[in-house]
Parts: sequence; C-alpha cells; structure tokens
Amino acid sequence: MSMITADPQDVPHVQSFTFAPEYLEKAKEQIAHYPPGRQASAVIACLDLAQRQAGGWLPRAAMDHVAQLLDMAPIRVYEVATFYTMFQLKPRGKYLLQVCTTTPCWLRGSDAVMKACRSVSGVGPGEISADGLFTTVEVECLGACVNAPMMQINDDFYEDLDEDSTHRLLEAFKRGETPKPGPQVDRQTSAPVGGPTTLTSIPGGAAPRDR
Amino acid sequence: MPKMKIDGIDIEVPAGISVLQACEMAGVEIPRFCYHERLSIAGNCRMCLVEQEKAPKPIASCAMPVMDGMVIKTNTPAVKKARNGVMEFLLVNHPLDCPICDQGGECDLQDQAMAYGYDRSRFHENKRAVPDKDLGPLVKTSMNRCIQCTRCVRFATEVAGVEELGATGRGEQMEITTYVHKTLSSEMSGNIVDLCPVGALTSKPYAFNARPWELRKTESVDVMDALGSNIRIDTRGAEVMRVLPRVNEDVNEEWIADKTRHAIDGLKRQRLDRPYVRRDGKLKPASWGEAFEAIAARLKDVPGTKIAAVAGDQCDAEAMVALKDLMAALDGARVECRQDGAALDASVRGAYLFNAGIAGIDKADVILLLGTNPRWEAPVLNARIRKRYLAGKVKIALIGDTPVDLTYPVEHLGHGPSTLRDLADGKLAFADVLKGAKNPMIIIGQGALRRSDGPAVLAQARALAETVNAVRADWNGFCVLHTAAARVAGLDLGLVADGGIDGIYAGGEKGDIEVVYLLAADEVDTKRLGKAFVIYQGHHGDVGAHRADVILPGAAYTEKPGVYVNTEGRVQLAKRAGFPPGDAREDWAILRALSAALGKALPYDTLDQVRQRLVKANPVFGAIDQQAPGAWGAFGRSGDVAEAAFVSPIGNYFMTCPISRASQTMAECMANRQPQAVAAE
Repeated sequence: MSMITADPQDVPHVQSFTFAPEYLEKAKEQIAHYPPGRQASAVIACLDLAQRQAGGWLPRAAMDHVAQLLDMAPIRVYEVATFYTMFQLKPRGKYLLQVCTTTPCWLRGSDAVMKACRSVSGVGPGEISADGLFTTVEVECLGACVNAPMMQINDDFYEDLDEDSTHRLLEAFKRGETPKPGPQVDRQTSAPVGGPTTLTSIPGGAAPRDR
Repeated sequence: MPKMKIDGIDIEVPAGISVLQACEMAGVEIPRFCYHERLSIAGNCRMCLVEQEKAPKPIASCAMPVMDGMVIKTNTPAVKKARNGVMEFLLVNHPLDCPICDQGGECDLQDQAMAYGYDRSRFHENKRAVPDKDLGPLVKTSMNRCIQCTRCVRFATEVAGVEELGATGRGEQMEITTYVHKTLSSEMSGNIVDLCPVGALTSKPYAFNARPWELRKTESVDVMDALGSNIRIDTRGAEVMRVLPRVNEDVNEEWIADKTRHAIDGLKRQRLDRPYVRRDGKLKPASWGEAFEAIAARLKDVPGTKIAAVAGDQCDAEAMVALKDLMAALDGARVECRQDGAALDASVRGAYLFNAGIAGIDKADVILLLGTNPRWEAPVLNARIRKRYLAGKVKIALIGDTPVDLTYPVEHLGHGPSTLRDLADGKLAFADVLKGAKNPMIIIGQGALRRSDGPAVLAQARALAETVNAVRADWNGFCVLHTAAARVAGLDLGLVADGGIDGIYAGGEKGDIEVVYLLAADEVDTKRLGKAFVIYQGHHGDVGAHRADVILPGAAYTEKPGVYVNTEGRVQLAKRAGFPPGDAREDWAILRALSAALGKALPYDTLDQVRQRLVKANPVFGAIDQQAPGAWGAFGRSGDVAEAAFVSPIGNYFMTCPISRASQTMAECMANRQPQAVAAE
C-alpha cells in the first residue's frame, strides 16, 4: 500500500496548480450536481479531475486548488485524498498497473502477473520504471474475480492474464499502442471460455407454463 | 418526554438526548473516549456499547437517540464482553509505556482499561508506529498512543474554529495530523491536551515535570484577560506547575486560552523578591523599613494634589481598595485605574459592564463588534461567539480593523467612528438588521474607547444601543469588553480621576505631580511621568519597576487570595495557591504597613476586615459568583470624533502583561506564530 500515504515533504514540489479551462468546465458541471452550499460533495470528482490534469497524481497545490474552488478547509480535502486509493499522492509512471493480488486472483496466478510486470518495468512495486512508463502496485480486490487474474491499467481492466499475455500487453503499451481492454483470452466479457455452454439452442414447442 | 428503563430503573428523560446521557441521568456510568458533551458526536471509539432490548447487536449509546419504551441494560455479560473486546482492540496498537507517559494517573484509557478491560491481550504482532507531529510549542505529541477518538480534530474545527487538524489515511494508516507540517494557529490549542483521553497530546511546557498525585489543587480565577476564566492551579511546593480550566457554564464553559494556561512560567522569572530604593541613580536592595522610610521622607509635606496613584491591570480588589483608602488619607490624592486612557465612565455601572453576560451571547441574534478583536482580547469569549454562529441564525458585523480571522464570518461595515455615526443615523443597511433584532448585542472594545474622542464614541454607542432597543428591562445588549482583569473592580471602587491617565501625564511633565504610586501598573508610559518620584508596588521587574525610585515587592495572582470582577461584572474569589517569593508580601498588607509608616494607619488588619471594607465601598463585592446587573443612565459625552480607525489594544496576543512578558513559553509561541503571519501577508 505504499502508494496511498505519502508525506507531502517527500514528493516533488509543484509550485502552483489551476484547472485548465476544459477541466474547470467539467468541475463546474460536477459542482452543479449538488445544491448551493453543498458544493463540498463534489470533492471526489474534482480531485479526480485534478489528478487527471496533473498527470496521474495529486500535488499539494492541486489539493489546495480544489479546496479553494469548493470553499473547504484544505485539511478536509487532504483527508479525502489520503483516504481513497484512487488518489495517488506521489508521481507515478504513465501507466499505473494495479495488480489484484486478493485470494481469487492469487489462486489463479497473480504472482505470475506481478513477475511479468517486474520484468517488463524493471522495478519493483511502487517505483517508476526508468522509461517513466510503468508503476506497479498491488491492490486488493477490484471486483472482477470471475476473470481472475486481472489488473487495472489506468482506467481499464485487463483480465484473464497470465505471464505471457501480461508481457505482450505491456510491450504493446511500450510501443505506444493501446491494447483492447477486457479478457485477454478467447472470451466475451465474463461468459464461458470458448463460447456459450448453456442456452445454446432455442427450445421448440409451447412454453413450459402453457404445456 | 420518553419513558425508558435503564438497568431496571424507570426514568423519564428529555426527548432528543442520547442513550448515554440518559444513562448518566439514571446514575449509570458509561465508559467513553470519543464522546464529549461540548463536541459533535463521532461514535467511533465504540467504548459506550450497551445492550438494548430487542436490538440484535449492542448499540453505541452516544449516538443513539432515546425513544419511548426503550429498555437499556449496561450490566449484562454481553455488555461486559463487548467492552472487553473494544478495549482489547484499542490496546492492540497502544504502547504499554504508561510509566514514561505524562498522562499516567489521569488517563482515561488507563482508568477504563482497569475498570472495563480484559487483563491480557491476544495480539502478538508488532504494534504500528506513527511519526510524531509538531503542533507547536504548547502541545507535545506521541502519536503512537493515539486511539483516533478525533476529539482534537473536532475541537479545532468546531470550538477553536481553525480547521487545521484532520485524520488522514485509513485503517491502520490513519493518523491525526495537519498533513502539511504546520503548527496549530489557535489561541486555545492547549485545550486539546485536556480533551485527549490518552497520552497522545500532552502539555509540552509541563512535560515530565510532575505526576498528578503530587500536585496540590487550588481553585482560582484567571487574570490574563478580563473574562475571569475559572481555573485550577496545580502546585508542587511553592512552584506553580500548571493551570487547568474549571467548569463554569456562565463564563468559560470548560475552555481556557493558551496565555491563561501557559504564561505561568513567567511567574518564576524577573520576580521582585525584596524592596529596592534608588540611591545615587541606582536601585539598591533595601529592607522594608528602609523602603518605607524613603517613601515617608519623600511624601512629607507633599500635598495630596501633587500625589497620584495608578492601579494596574491584574490587581485584586483588596489591594485596590487599600490603595484608594491610603490615597484618601493622603489629603485626597487621585487614583486612576484606566491605565490605557479608555474613556470608561464609572458613574453608571451599566456603562462599563458586558451587560448581557457572557452566556448572553448564546441568546443574541445580531452582534456588532465595535473596535474589538475578541480573538486576541478574550479567546474564550470569541469561541462563545463562534458557538453562537454555529448554532445559526445570527448576523455578526464589525466596525474597526482586525489583523486576524475571527473564526466566523463577519460583515465589515467600516473602520472608524464615522461608520458608527452612519449606523446610528440609520444610513447603513445594517441599522435595519440591528433594529429588527430581538436581542441585539453591541460589543464595545477598548480599541473604540482608549482614544481622545473616546467619550464621544461611548455616547454614540449608547445612543445606538438605545435606538435599536438593545437596552430593555429583559435584555441589555450594551456590552463593554475589557482587556484588563482588574478594570471592572477598579471602576466599581471608583478609581477614576479627573483628566484620567492623561491628566497624570500632564501633571508629571509639568511638575504638578511630584509622587506617582504605581500599583502593579506596567502599561503606563513611564517616560511621561517627568521628574516625579515613582513608587512601584508589584511582582515583576517590568516597565514600572525600571522607572521606580522605590520598589515594594508584591504578590502575583497565584500568590494571594483575592476578589476579581470580570468584564460582565461577576465577582469571583481566587484562592491562594502559594506564597510570594522572598520578602514579597500580599499587596493589601503592604499598603496597610505603609499607611502605618506614614502615620495614617488604615482601619483594617485582616483580610476579612479588608473584604468588609470592600463591601462597604460597593455592595456588589458581597455577591460572590453573581453577575450583579448594572444600572443604566446617561453616560458618555457628545462631541467631535476623529476619523482614525479603531485599533484593538492588543497587537501581540502572547505578551500583554508582566507575567506573559516574562514567560519563555509565550516567547516561543510568538516566534512560532510569526513565520505564519508573514506567510499570510
């Protein structure tokens, strides 16, 4: 969990942060979801937007800007930002590899996925690869156990991985491609591998209740 | 009113209270850590679990409202087991360092672990380690001990009004922190030490100094501001170890300001412990007899009109009445208590009191701050205004300048007397707000009165109060906020001279006044006393003592029994916590001895007789702990006003009196605060 808490003294200092016009527009749209005076409810959405604009992590200046925008005390924003694992408080690679290592994924081979991530990025969990592309973190269950093992790369789930497919996936990212998210085996979302196994034919005759 | 049954006791309780409060009313004690009467409910420590009939699980009694027909059980095996379990979890990450912990002996966790805990642990892993935080020179942290009750976070947010503390991270990573490595910028931060139920936050100046069972506890009254906060002075031998608040709902609730709590190390420094007499331009140690002789020799044949006395900001009423009587015996020499030159009118009691009372703030619906910065003049009163703001439906406006955030939104009407005039004439929109208010309150600070046009400002304020119907039989919203603890008692004793302090300065400069008696008066401009012979009676080698020709060592507020009257006119009794150092004596006794040396012996020999004299001088002194209402009448003087803005008399919160100026802790607070003040600019 090394990515979750980071002392603001240990991360690069970012002098200032303000929302770019397109992000500000989105933030205002989020704030408009709540009644006047309740704008603080938009804090998670605004922090997410700030994180996207700042390159995948939240410098203190970005949190302060959100606090100012929402008229909140800065500490209240820090509390939210440190609570949720979706907010990164120190810089990370271009691609954040969140490998699920909770029991179902682990039983289905998440260790091999971790191994592949390490060998492609060349660094261990929490560190940024030399080319600045990858940061691997171990995370708890992402709720895709039926497609175990899996990992989340930035906003997308890549599922049904093994060591080879993880290698292929990351090499593709290295080449600047964006592989197709979802299962990396012959499978439609979480349907059975190799095609349907039930309900394969349309039953003839009258419906059972009419028989 | 809901009827309920608690441990078999039938009880009827007010609607809307919690089960925990109901249990207390029934006389059943419920252990708790996060719950505190004066803070919002968090419900996160789970120590207050009780059993409710027909509920599937134990309930957190602090967060459960009472309902009709509830049956609560607090002494069943299930409750005992629940408490055991909660305590075991709380202790999982709590270090077993009680022998080196300053909270030892007055620790809620220690006490409750003994009373409700289980006597062993099943946790064999490493305890978590949390970095300590720097919360400033007053609060020492040991964050490993924190059980995350969040009382300190809620206090800072709700009462102190500085949202700087928070709980970051989650689960095992949760920490109480400011996150950005800053110290608390509150004048009430010391209170979080009292609130902390464990030893995570302890007092830094008091660290490793004493154990609670070694201390003698004396009930007293604070003199650092005019609020008269009720305090408990803890002493070991002759040394004052610490000051803690006492609960008084009408005055300070259970908070005290940082200066009240931590200026006490100033009591050990720069003390006057023997008389001095100036010989050949230098102050030389002397005996009491020599000092009295020097005074008697100088006073011989000096008419009373050429003698003036000034009473200081922290004097007890006994000393002031003795001073008054002594000066009267010296052919009616003048006595003045308004050192700062404030245009206070002693003829009408309602003219110088915080008439609505401090608790009256809770009832006010419009508050006008006039030339005052309550955050620095009386931090606890400021917290009360914030409490009123949080309760809702109140408008607060300010005329004057304040260098700090008052911790609640304030409508800034203007800077000086012209705004006040416009308001009284109804030219400002806020005038209608004041007129429409049910209980309007006008708080007049010394910043509005200690100026040459003070009487006119006072008259304007009175006119405004009467126009907006703030003075009625059932409500008097005309509130003067003093900065000096001794001021109201001084005015009650009529220690006002024609011309005020400026008249004394003028006399000193012209040579009309030959002798000046300073009774612990250190805020006077000693340069303007001319060639006058200055007798200084006080406890610290401060401004007055430097100028003095004779020094008579007196007692500080912890070292004498005394009567003080706070800004709302409440007469309060302080007890003696220790004795003054060396040859120093109680102040009224010094005046009594001096009067005998001058051949004009005052007619009292014991403290009781002095107090009888006090009551004779003004009957209000007879009503201890009562807020005697002030009479209303005409006061102030119409006249021209200057344009200058109202400026609060306190430019530096941490150093306002001889004691706080001598305090190292206060100096550290100042040094700590300055970088922030600079950064804010």
